[in-house]
Amino acid sequence: MRKLRHAVRHNQGRRSFLALALASACNAPPSLKGPRTIVYWEKWTNFEGEAIARVVQTFNEKELARAQAEPHYRPIQVERVTVSRIDEKLLVAIAGGEPPDIAGLTTSLLPAYAQKGALLDLTLPFQHAGIERGDFVPVYWDLCNFEGKTWAAPTAPVSLALHFNQRLFAEAGLNPDRAPVTIEELDAFAERLTRWEVRLPGGGVGIRSGYLNDVPATRKRLLQVGFLPGEPPWWLGHWGGFFGGKLLVGSRVTARAPENLRAYTWTQSYSRNLGVEILRKFRSGFGKFASGQNAFLSGQVAMQLQGVWMHNFIERYAPGMQWSAAPFPFPSDRPDLANHSMVEADVLVIPKGAKHPEEALEFLKYATSQEGLELLCLGQHKFTPRATESHAFQKAHSNPKISLFRQLGLSPTAFAAPQTGVWKEYGREMVAAYDAMAHLARTPQEALRDVELRMQSAVDRERRAWLRREPRP
Amino acid sequence: MTPLEKRNLKLGLLFCTPWLIGIGTFLLYPIVSAVIYSLCDYSVLLPPVYIGTENYRELFTDPLVYKSLWNTVVYATGSVFLSSLVSLTLALLLNTKVRGLGFYRTVFFLPSLMPVVAGSVLFMWLFNGHSGLINAFLAILGVNGPAWLADPRFAKLAMILMATWGSGHAMVIVLAGLQDVPTALHEAAIIDGATFWDRLWHVTLPMLSPVLYFNVIMGIIGGFQVFTQAFIMTDATGSPERSTLFFVLHLFNVAFQDLRMGYACALACMLFLIILSLTWVLTKVSARFIVYDR
Repeated sequence: MRKLRHAVRHNQGRRSFLALALASACNAPPSLKGPRTIVYWEKWTNFEGEAIARVVQTFNEKELARAQAEPHYRPIQVERVTVSRIDEKLLVAIAGGEPPDIAGLTTSLLPAYAQKGALLDLTLPFQHAGIERGDFVPVYWDLCNFEGKTWAAPTAPVSLALHFNQRLFAEAGLNPDRAPVTIEELDAFAERLTRWEVRLPGGGVGIRSGYLNDVPATRKRLLQVGFLPGEPPWWLGHWGGFFGGKLLVGSRVTARAPENLRAYTWTQSYSRNLGVEILRKFRSGFGKFASGQNAFLSGQVAMQLQGVWMHNFIERYAPGMQWSAAPFPFPSDRPDLANHSMVEADVLVIPKGAKHPEEALEFLKYATSQEGLELLCLGQHKFTPRATESHAFQKAHSNPKISLFRQLGLSPTAFAAPQTGVWKEYGREMVAAYDAMAHLARTPQEALRDVELRMQSAVDRERRAWLRREPRP
Repeated sequence: MTPLEKRNLKLGLLFCTPWLIGIGTFLLYPIVSAVIYSLCDYSVLLPPVYIGTENYRELFTDPLVYKSLWNTVVYATGSVFLSSLVSLTLALLLNTKVRGLGFYRTVFFLPSLMPVVAGSVLFMWLFNGHSGLINAFLAILGVNGPAWLADPRFAKLAMILMATWGSGHAMVIVLAGLQDVPTALHEAAIIDGATFWDRLWHVTLPMLSPVLYFNVIMGIIGGFQVFTQAFIMTDATGSPERSTLFFVLHLFNVAFQDLRMGYACALACMLFLIILSLTWVLTKVSARFIVYDR
């Protein structure tokens, strides 16, 4: 038994995991020995953390109830620990040989963790436990797979949509029930929704809309913008995807693909239209995301690309705000990109070296069941990554736009961060390139060429390292 | 070796043992490990694989190394110069005989006790381009202040200005040095008709030179290791446009974001050599200007 546990701790393969599961089942000690406690690390706090706590509590109660009914059954009890910067701390814990039994990560981190041997390969344990692709929305399940193996199961999914402030639309003379459909329309709306305080030549001040390129910067003060591609600054590396671009094809870095160049020429146009210095000052006035001074909630930005969670923040910090959401616009010459969205998901993983992998798998099985996920996603105000949702879940959901987000997740045009172990590095490169482009310090061609060169060498380096460790025929 | 010498050696080693264990465990072992790992592909999670000098070869072709090194040199130079100036000025002021001297000394020393994290958060507000106090003050003077932390031309300057916040420690050392300057020298200079500036230049500063040298060396070592401010104020990105990507921040990202401990160790070894060389050069250059003989 000890050997088996040791093998699983050191990720010695699927067979040992299964053997351990079977051995545990055969040798289940009596309940007199007390519960089997597992440690679960999660990043979420606040209402999202409370939703996870409810899932944990329900699971624990079910286990205790089972122990009551079956005297020889040792119940599993999950101890939830909230951990900030979980991605870094989890690695340190794994390296130190003291990881939690189960942990919450995001799909974009999985390839790096898998490549570094930080996670248990769950392909066979999932087959054994009956957790399979058909249970989930395909895009979210596929993001849990890398190099032909399954490393995680999705819990809370993300899709992005254009959120817009209907009051500001009405004030600008736009139909508050109609979102822009194409990028060109988005640009036109954004210009109309941009407002300035202007010092008039004869004294006094007036309010004017548009980009006012004819008015010197010293005589105008920006009050409100229609749209800013850099706000929030969370998906700066993904704009190419909204124009049909890819950042990685196989092991070839394609940052400079025509679609990506087009996308960043478009994002840069906002700096050209509004003025770099003006934007810097304007953005400095934005408050924290989770506050009433949030750029979108305070009405400083009329349209924003945001995730399914935005509804919660509207309810909390700007109750009564008139808002709506729609699929993010596509270029008018690319109607095939309609209903596109960037997607990712929170996932549950079992770290290498976990002391109770089979108990962790039991909890994972419950947490990703329809019941567990509906409990979680209702509390977190998200849709579930399950292939089907119960009518009760849909009825009880408070987000009036939840079906839109689910449809975006199901959309064939949904795209995700490239699955590579160097995504963090790639993401940082894209942010730095975006910065330089937004400040008009570099053209998209120059900035993305540098990204491409640097990241191609990073991808090649990672590939070399991977092959050094796992030589292929 | 006589029996007495042997006994003394044993006793000496016995008394040194706690220190030897400490330095061996917490200094020597990490340094030797870093040198070994710098020659490996090592992610912490998997056993290291020896790759020879590949990390060092990459280091010399990595543009971010040069960028971060340049940022660090600018920061270290600026912050050491400004902090030395501020600490010297404050120490001179606090060395005068005025009422409530103890209170003033405490007030000027207190900010250096503030943790860097708290100070960074505070300065993020002070440097806010839209509603920060610094720009509000500049506006009174008729100056349209920049978006300090969002503008690559001003972000490093903002962090250099922030470094003066921690001048308290250097100030106390200079103050102690000032009180050690023999009054006879000042009296002799006054009899010879020297003005305040003459005495400052020809008496005070030469007598303070060992203390100032110590502060400069410590400042440069600290300056080259700058990390927390940039980590907090830019969320570890070194933004805007990597103008605050300091060497240690780059090292941190490589080590803990990209899990390339081998390469990070090579960076650490490089930093060690840079600081060592700088200290050696400064020691050689400054030997002509420092007055140790009193």
